[in-house]
Amino acid sequence: MTHLPDASPSFVEYLRRVAPDTLPRVATDALPAVHGTTIVAARYRDGVVMAGDRRATMGSAIAMRDIEKVFSADEQSIIGVAGVAGVAIELVRLFQVELEHFEKVEGVGLSFDGKANRLGALIRGNLTQAMQGLVVLPLFIGWDDRADRGRMFSYDATGGRYEEQEYTTVGSGAAFARGALKKLYDPEADERAAVAALLQSLYDAADDDSATSGLDLTRGIFPLVMRASADGVARWSEAGVRELAEAIVAARAGRPDGPRGYAL
Amino acid sequence: MNFYVSPEQLMQDRAEFARKGISRGRAVAVLRYAGGIVMVADNHSTTLNKVSEIYDRIGFAAVGRYNEFEALRIAGIRHADLRGYAYDRRDVTGRSLAGAYSQQLGGAFSGAEKPFEVELIVAELGESGEGDVIYRISYDGVITEEDDLAVIGGDAERITAQLRGGLDPQASLGEALARAREALSSSSLEVAVLERGTARRRVFRRLTADEVARG
Repeated sequence: MTHLPDASPSFVEYLRRVAPDTLPRVATDALPAVHGTTIVAARYRDGVVMAGDRRATMGSAIAMRDIEKVFSADEQSIIGVAGVAGVAIELVRLFQVELEHFEKVEGVGLSFDGKANRLGALIRGNLTQAMQGLVVLPLFIGWDDRADRGRMFSYDATGGRYEEQEYTTVGSGAAFARGALKKLYDPEADERAAVAALLQSLYDAADDDSATSGLDLTRGIFPLVMRASADGVARWSEAGVRELAEAIVAARAGRPDGPRGYAL
Repeated sequence: MNFYVSPEQLMQDRAEFARKGISRGRAVAVLRYAGGIVMVADNHSTTLNKVSEIYDRIGFAAVGRYNEFEALRIAGIRHADLRGYAYDRRDVTGRSLAGAYSQQLGGAFSGAEKPFEVELIVAELGESGEGDVIYRISYDGVITEEDDLAVIGGDAERITAQLRGGLDPQASLGEALARAREALSSSSLEVAVLERGTARRRVFRRLTADEVARG
């Protein structure tokens, strides 16, 4: 059997060979770890949007109020991470380099499914740590040029990836956010309305989950919002999020449980 | 049976061997223009590139044996990505990359079975024009820092002389491209730029065939 010489375009495989100590890994399971919490994403008319709250917790204490858990993975895709913050943020950094490395070596970027699979492999590499409680769970969304539409993937701790069609949530407040998104989600919404639905769902998650932060008008700390469409990835300005957040909080002052639904 | 060969003779033979390989290749010119650095290669292929991206602000150009400079290109990307990942993106510099290439080529020139038959250019875009650097690395590992212009490959001396006359780092991209086209006298150019003042973190951009034709 003849093998072509090893010319893997994977940065992770290269790291594993030459500098395994730089891979995101923690040696012990007895560390008090900082946890990042809720990420939500949804499809809308022209693409996909993602929002993440800004809280990190350590046990029952709030460790950070302004942590960032939503990142651009490359110029077409976005990654949000919930779970042990230290490992999660290193994992994002590694994933970003992995995508760019492939693109530079090969001259063309990975396909969208290829990117989603690579992220699954990274999560799988983290499995032994996940079993020690150091779980990292990402959401991966973006614009697929070949399919010409926005796509979303959620993951489990074993690296399994699942394509989501409408909306998806991850993290400690995910169940509450999902309940809210289920009622507010509209695939034909424009970007602004889609982001408003995400912020509403984070508000509800924060309402019921102590580890999720809501729309913090007093400190001016708002969820991080990014969108991916045919025009690429863009991060919402703080002013843009603030404007929506103020409207939502004002409406909630009159109706704390959020927009009225119609049961029939 | 071993014959004695003087070190001078050995080096001369090796240099001649490498030079012969390189001079057969088509040339690449790298020059500064008002908006950054433009890399122009005389290249018939649209997929086998001679100029490419190494890192956020670093471009790479090569002539000579394709398999050799392709391996060097990938090694350069690995070197840069590893450094940027282990330290910070800002800690990846053209100088360090050019130094690594120089070590590799120099080592092979004096030690390996055969020297590399390649010449390389590493160009790094500064925040402002003064920060731009262009390094030329020859087959024997000798590294030269050029100011506004570097040419490698077949007929490099003539092309350098032609481009050097009236060289203007404040020229527009179109003007710089037109001059390079004339000097390289080729109808099939591969062109990429390191662009200053884009919002993108990665400043390397390949020009499409249309853009090249328009100048």
